[in-house]
Amino acid sequence: MQQPTSALELRGLTKRFDRLAVDALDLTVRVGEFYALLGANGAGKTTTLRMVAGLLRPDEGSVTVLGIDALRDPVGAKQVTAWVSDEPMIYDKLTPLEYLEFVAGLWGCVAEGIDRSARDLLASLGLAAHMHERCEGFSKGMRQKVALAGALVHDPRLIILDEPLTGLDAVSARHVKGLLQARVQAGCTVIMTTHILEVAERMADRIGVISAGKLIAEGTLDELRRQNGQSDTSLEDMFVALVESAPAAA
Amino acid sequence: MTSPGTMWFARHETRLAWRELAGMLTAGRRWRPRSATVMVIAFVIFLHLPAYAVVGRFADVRTPIDKPTLIVMTASILLAWALILSQAIESVTRVFYARADLDLIMSSPAVLTNVFSVRIAAIALTVTVMAMLLATPFVDVLVACGGARWFAAYPVVITMGLSASAVAIAVTVSLFRLCGPARTRLVAQIISAITGAGFVIALQVAAILSYGTLSRFAVLTSDAAAAIAPDAGSLLWWPARAMLGEELLLAPLLACSLVLLGVTMAVLSPRFGNYVAAASPKQVMRAAPSARKLRPGTRRGALRRKEFKLLWRDPWLVSQTLMQLLYLLPPALMLWRSFGDGPGALIVLAPVIVMAAGQLSGGLAWLTISGEDAADLVATAPLPGRSLISAKIEVVLIVIAVVFAPLIAALAWAAPNLAAVTALATIIAAASATSIQLWFRVQARRSQFRRRQTSSRIATFAEAFSSIGWAATAALALVVPTAAAIAAALTATLMALTWKISPVRD
Repeated sequence: MQQPTSALELRGLTKRFDRLAVDALDLTVRVGEFYALLGANGAGKTTTLRMVAGLLRPDEGSVTVLGIDALRDPVGAKQVTAWVSDEPMIYDKLTPLEYLEFVAGLWGCVAEGIDRSARDLLASLGLAAHMHERCEGFSKGMRQKVALAGALVHDPRLIILDEPLTGLDAVSARHVKGLLQARVQAGCTVIMTTHILEVAERMADRIGVISAGKLIAEGTLDELRRQNGQSDTSLEDMFVALVESAPAAA
Repeated sequence: MTSPGTMWFARHETRLAWRELAGMLTAGRRWRPRSATVMVIAFVIFLHLPAYAVVGRFADVRTPIDKPTLIVMTASILLAWALILSQAIESVTRVFYARADLDLIMSSPAVLTNVFSVRIAAIALTVTVMAMLLATPFVDVLVACGGARWFAAYPVVITMGLSASAVAIAVTVSLFRLCGPARTRLVAQIISAITGAGFVIALQVAAILSYGTLSRFAVLTSDAAAAIAPDAGSLLWWPARAMLGEELLLAPLLACSLVLLGVTMAVLSPRFGNYVAAASPKQVMRAAPSARKLRPGTRRGALRRKEFKLLWRDPWLVSQTLMQLLYLLPPALMLWRSFGDGPGALIVLAPVIVMAAGQLSGGLAWLTISGEDAADLVATAPLPGRSLISAKIEVVLIVIAVVFAPLIAALAWAAPNLAAVTALATIIAAASATSIQLWFRVQARRSQFRRRQTSSRIATFAEAFSSIGWAATAALALVVPTAAAIAAALTATLMALTWKISPVRD
């Protein structure tokens, strides 16, 4: 069977709440790519990613995850995807190890090797000393790391992260970035939203900027600079210029 | 800048308490004071009917009263006090663990002793107002049937509210010192549950062991109780006599409760901040490191294991299950006592078991179906929604089976037909309560369990009435089968109507 070249393909993706949140969005993310999706508050980033993760049903359009039509075969698409939101949702009364065991069970992971990889994951995120403590006493950063470990434990091929670095200290943020880059080097695809533009600048292979539910710019940092007509401007300056010049939401 | 004054903080607390009450009345939806007020008034008027059935016969009681009446009245006051105490312990625990403003208050330049004095007073006020509201139908009935002297019951209720609040605060603080903050919440919830139900159950157990009946009045009105009860002049009877309008007793009772609350405030307010700080969720519950390797198992198995673990570690559920088991203790004793007497004496057990199963199922179903703390994780897991739901329902039914099967099995030895009817009704009641929670499911955190009743009143009433309906059906099935058929038809209609108006149909 031919391997898909796109990890994610969105075509005409549309979602309306009381206003149009995502407006006929077309987006392609290649396999093995680190893609940063940027946008101002309320631009439609989270709504888009929630539709990709199967948490929201689009009003129109299609979502294809690694060649799988996510609207027709949501279970198949979810099998290869992981989702981490900015508000870590974990169980207060479970320990991190028990949480990872649960996640591995939900994704139908085979028992061999899961114990080792769960412990290694927690250790790599600096949680080795806390793996037998219930999560109820954890700080937001620690909870975020547990949620992230849960997303990685079933070895997903597409990782979708909505503001994953919120609440993390500098050391933890570096651990997380290292872990994500290692996954990308191993062939995994990462799509991340962030307001920390320096992270996008340093880590992303390509950057997409979304405004009022539409993709208004996309490319590598150099491509974005060329599109913007400035060769040495920072991503922050470009982002502000793009968002301020974009038309307002419908 | 000056530190905020006590009166300012009292106003702030009053506003918070009022909005919390309004939130409960309006189910957290848009502010609709008129309809909420009409509903509360209608509910209070409706409560006058059961109130008449309970206290109507005491309205004509006059002083001096005989000993059995004094015993019954005092026991009723003690029962009400136990229920108020149970509610007060719950309120105090909430202040320790659930208020989101404690960091703000403790980091402010306010004098913490004053702040916590106000907060203790606010607890006492809330508990007392709630007790007054619930007592109003009973006092109204007594005044209407027995005259204005019964208005003295209101100050007695105030006395009960203030004293119960003081005791609740002292009990919770003592638990902090004895068990530490990590365990206090669980222990306090268990004590709260047992306090509310324990007194009635103890009377029922005594009645069964002594007289072979579930009626607690059998013990209270017995010659044996009258023989060991103190004379009419004893302090023990003061609340009952004060309720009958003896003003001379009313003043010292009120004074005592105020002094008790004042001493509690004076002694505990300066330390309250430390206890509250100690109760912050930074406390660590550490599981013993296990050499066991992770075994994820099947998808549904993983879901079931997770639900069992969370239920087992849920303080509310542990206390509620204990209370249900406590309620089942009298029927179990009755079963043991009446073994071999045939189904006649045991028929009273069927509705108790069915009702308990329905209520416990409703709570469990809310926790497993609606109370999902990691909703996004479960929703993005690669398994169909119906598998998720069915795994959660399996957990509810397994827990119900584990709790109730032994009792029904014991019943089967004594009265097989009754056991069969009870088992069937238990299954239907559990399935009905679970279905209602499924039809009215919402996305919530488990910690919001206390507010589940206010999120959908239709679901709450439907759940209660379906349990009552199936319990009545079971009770009538062997005695008046035609009436049982009517009760079953009515309950089934209620279920159909509930489904028709549920959001699941949209």
